[in-house]
Amino acid sequence: MKVLVIGLNHKTADVEVREKLAFNGEKLETGVLRLREIPEVKEVSVLSTCNRVEMYICVTDEGPAIEKIKLFLAEFHNLNRNSFEPHLYLLSETEAVRHIFRVASSLDSMVLGEPQILGQLKDAFDFSLAKKTTGVMMNKLMKKAISTAKRVRTETRIAENAVSISFAAVELARKIFKELAGTSCMLLGAGEMAELAARHLVNNGVSNVMVANRTYERGCELAKEFSGSPVKYENFIDELSHVDIILCSTGAPTYVLKKEQMHKVMKDRRHKPVFIIDISVPRNIDPEINDLDSVYLYNVDDLQEVIDTNILERQKEAEKAEAIVLEEVEKFSKWVSSLDSVPVIVALRQKAEEIKKEELEKLKNKLPDIDEATMKALEYTAGAIVNKLIHPPTAAMKEDSSDRDEAVALIKKIYGINGDDSEE
Amino acid sequence: MGTLLFELALTFYFAAAIISVVELFRGSKEASRLTFYATCAGFAIHTACILFRYFSSGHLPITSMHEASSFFAWCIVFIYFLLEYQYKIGLIGSFILPVVFVLMLSSSVLPRQIMPLDPVLQSYWLGIHTLLAFLGNAAFATAFGIGIMYLIQEHYLKSKHLHGLFQRLPSIQVLDEINYKLISIGFPLLTLAIITGIIWANNAWGSYWRWDPKEVWSMITWLIYALILHIRLTAGWRGKKAAILSIIGFVVVMFTFFGVNLLLKSVHIFK
Repeated sequence: MKVLVIGLNHKTADVEVREKLAFNGEKLETGVLRLREIPEVKEVSVLSTCNRVEMYICVTDEGPAIEKIKLFLAEFHNLNRNSFEPHLYLLSETEAVRHIFRVASSLDSMVLGEPQILGQLKDAFDFSLAKKTTGVMMNKLMKKAISTAKRVRTETRIAENAVSISFAAVELARKIFKELAGTSCMLLGAGEMAELAARHLVNNGVSNVMVANRTYERGCELAKEFSGSPVKYENFIDELSHVDIILCSTGAPTYVLKKEQMHKVMKDRRHKPVFIIDISVPRNIDPEINDLDSVYLYNVDDLQEVIDTNILERQKEAEKAEAIVLEEVEKFSKWVSSLDSVPVIVALRQKAEEIKKEELEKLKNKLPDIDEATMKALEYTAGAIVNKLIHPPTAAMKEDSSDRDEAVALIKKIYGINGDDSEE
Repeated sequence: MGTLLFELALTFYFAAAIISVVELFRGSKEASRLTFYATCAGFAIHTACILFRYFSSGHLPITSMHEASSFFAWCIVFIYFLLEYQYKIGLIGSFILPVVFVLMLSSSVLPRQIMPLDPVLQSYWLGIHTLLAFLGNAAFATAFGIGIMYLIQEHYLKSKHLHGLFQRLPSIQVLDEINYKLISIGFPLLTLAIITGIIWANNAWGSYWRWDPKEVWSMITWLIYALILHIRLTAGWRGKKAAILSIIGFVVVMFTFFGVNLLLKSVHIFK
């Protein structure tokens, strides 16, 4: 049996194509079941997200299966084959396994290292498991994909660096303050980006939000949203001595906070660190404020630079992740070849022979006076029993049918025959 | 036997220091674990080594320069374990273990024979006075490492080039807090060490204070740390200034420890 991946993603197809092929809602259930009905398709699972539509399939006969799947896609989604065929990629065996592991590990994602994809893959797998469209091979494959992704997550830092402004703000705040819980934040102005950053900070524990806006009513509204308190814009500086994080986007043409003012604020707050994010253009906070001890001022460009280096950092980590993926692919291939029935048949026979020998030995010890001829006859009978008993499992493993792999796996389990050490 | 234990401990500390420095640049979790295990092994053997010397000489082994350096190193590792236990910041080792190794290395090149104890020193004050002094200084040594970590992290945040170590170092507020804690533990220990020293000096030599260089430099150390704590409590000086002062403080500690013995004449000299 062969593993196949057929699909398209954000790299090979635009959203107009992707959305047409998407299996969403009820389409997923009927789609998966219909795919399973194709005679060559033995196991199937479908992953459909906004960035990719992929079918993971185990087939007995590759060529006809692919053709039938393409026909099915055209018919099922009511499309002309030419409209999607050039966008499809087709991978088989090791390449397919590698692809699935890479997808799970978020190495194939638009935002490298983003964590959602693993959850989506798990859901897709759970779904096909519930619909009973998968078997030994796919179950193992998915389990391995998930554990590979976890390995990548723990052994590399691929998901550690923030790659959006709001996350970068949270990440920086974490490196300044001991913990975000209990810190307070002031929104200066009500720009959209500042609001978004504030939301992220609040989600990560920032507890006390103050809002100072030129139009007081808008400030009140916003404060309500964060269950914080509004502050009169004219007086915001008076409040700063108990604010740890300042998010500024006022749209004012000049600096609204100058170095001397901040200097005094720092004295009042006994030099406890302050994190200032100035998202406004033109800048609203005097850049020289960054020279003050324990004040960390970041403007839009600074944050963008942080993000850019983080992306580079992720790419570096991705190299390590690729190595892990290759390692896991190799392990999986070993497991697949261990499903090959010949060694199992040999091992089963050996085991049976051993048992026979052992039992005959015991008998000899019990009846030391037994004569040669009787012993011969007993040996012959024992051999016959053994052969008859192991014939059906051996036959099942030799048979060229779709459940052969399942049979091999099951027999290995029942008789405790070990041919694969990759099991955790 | 004692020599063997010492060399073994030195080897383990050497390995730990090297791995911990490599970890700084490579940042692998395995390196971090290896550092910790090597330090544990070194510490266990080191403890055995000190106990062995204690039983063969009959007094706390801190009277020769060899013994003193070694014991100083032991105290630092002890505090390192306490910190690791409470804060679990693997990277601390990279800034402390090299100091431990340097102390052990200087200990290893100094004469090792067990000298008969000067009758003046034969007193239970020996244990109390030196133990307090060494633990206090060990806390300052650790604060020195933390201070350096603080300055590095602060530099990253100010310069806005957030790569490499930035991700793995803890927040500056945590570092500042640890620094403050260590100094507030080290300071009373040093204070008590000086007080017990004064009492003991009166018992042994008949005068409380003799303007001995070691005494003077200990006083300077004490003043520096008193200053750090004072301005923190009154003016709220913390963060960068506190980190720099704790680094200067430790340089003075090291001078009091080594410099006074090597450069100046003192009754405190280790043989």
